[in-house]
Amino acid sequence: MDEKKFRQNSRRELLKLTPVLALGAFAIPNLQEGLLKKGLRFSDWTAARLFRPRHLATTFDDSEVTPFEKFPLNTYDVDDPGVIFENWTLTVSGAVQKPGDYTLEQIQALPRVRQNTRHICVEGWDVIGRFGGARLSDFLGLIGADPTARFITVNCADDYYESLDMATAMHQQTLLCYEMYDRPLTREHGAPLRLQIPTKIGYKQAKYLTDLKVTHVLDRLGYWEDQGYSWFYGL
Amino acid sequence: MSGVVVEITRQKGKDEPIVVGRGVYEHPFIVRLCHWLNTIALFVMVGSGLQIFRAFPSFGAKIPQKDLLHWPKQFAIGGWLGGALQWHLTFMWIYIATGVVYIAYQIFSGNYRQVLFTHRDIPDVWPMVRHYFFFGPKPPTREAYNALQKQAYTTAIVLGILSVATGFAVWKPIQFSWLAWMMGGFHYARIWHFAVMWAMVAFVLGHLVMVILHGWNNFVSMLTGWKKDPEY
Repeated sequence: MDEKKFRQNSRRELLKLTPVLALGAFAIPNLQEGLLKKGLRFSDWTAARLFRPRHLATTFDDSEVTPFEKFPLNTYDVDDPGVIFENWTLTVSGAVQKPGDYTLEQIQALPRVRQNTRHICVEGWDVIGRFGGARLSDFLGLIGADPTARFITVNCADDYYESLDMATAMHQQTLLCYEMYDRPLTREHGAPLRLQIPTKIGYKQAKYLTDLKVTHVLDRLGYWEDQGYSWFYGL
Repeated sequence: MSGVVVEITRQKGKDEPIVVGRGVYEHPFIVRLCHWLNTIALFVMVGSGLQIFRAFPSFGAKIPQKDLLHWPKQFAIGGWLGGALQWHLTFMWIYIATGVVYIAYQIFSGNYRQVLFTHRDIPDVWPMVRHYFFFGPKPPTREAYNALQKQAYTTAIVLGILSVATGFAVWKPIQFSWLAWMMGGFHYARIWHFAVMWAMVAFVLGHLVMVILHGWNNFVSMLTGWKKDPEY
């Protein structure tokens, strides 16, 4: 091969690599945010497809449970939003047959589930806790939730808010949790009622619930999700 | 077409062309494309991974928390945990896709023979170690990679697969509970993911040193595919 032709050929082979430069788009400030959001959304889309409604989270023996005093507290605002228990109700609205205020007794009248499951924080730490409560799916049955609705949203006494896909809400380990370690929830852990979802990351397990809505559309995702964290974050 | 050897000739006037060098086509296009896309993806994965690690720089309990190391923010990507997760969850697809395409291409083209360390390479390991580390004579070069190179590249591919497997065990410890179980559960999967990352970083550092030592032609071959004046 003539050396000119060799050089030409080498140059052509080098130019074929120009698609690699497309990744440079991630370095352009105006494009970066949108591209990363798309990437995150694609990951969430995949995660939703990987979710198997009947596949259970691993449960653990009582001997493997982290001691209660070593169960970390992560609050975004206050440890105790000062819920007055006597007046507390869960206000239900949206695509349900029986909207209104539900008392803790009504929720506790549903079959009680106790489970030792792993709680994983997005920061990276994990603990095995013991949780008790009513299945969210049982409660959705009680309030006559529209089974075709796509989401559950909750509001909290500390202005935290969250939303959940219906498949996860119907999962048999997803609890409206009113007990930890066989005792009523403490204020720091979200008394009187919190979400406990072993198949989701920690920040989805909203505390101090005050409102629950069944809905077909989401107008906001969740406190952390609206700042750029993953919405689905199934484990 | 990898392995094609040509003589590079120069034509002066009407004389017979004279041979001025040789060229060998070492790296097919798909290999080069995947190599560079994967390089960028790996860089982002390590940088954003370290930023994610900064949120809880420990492998013990949360209470009490004993930090393993404080990784400086300037050497991490994403700025904050949420940002780093966006980078990590975006570039992991590029990392995986280039890895899958690369491995599939190597298998179906037969090009893997150039890279894969097999039992046939074992006798060549000691002479190469002697040459590199103990001033032994240089063993004859017969192909693109010597036994130690093959061993290093094969290890890197295994590390790549392990980084994805441990990553999925951390990301989806319930849906991939069998993966997490193989690694000793979520808690240990996170440790493995971290360890595999450092092993990969160690490979990259060694790789860079060897590329620098082995000269310009070697580096150019990963860009153009052609290596000029190979030793074999």
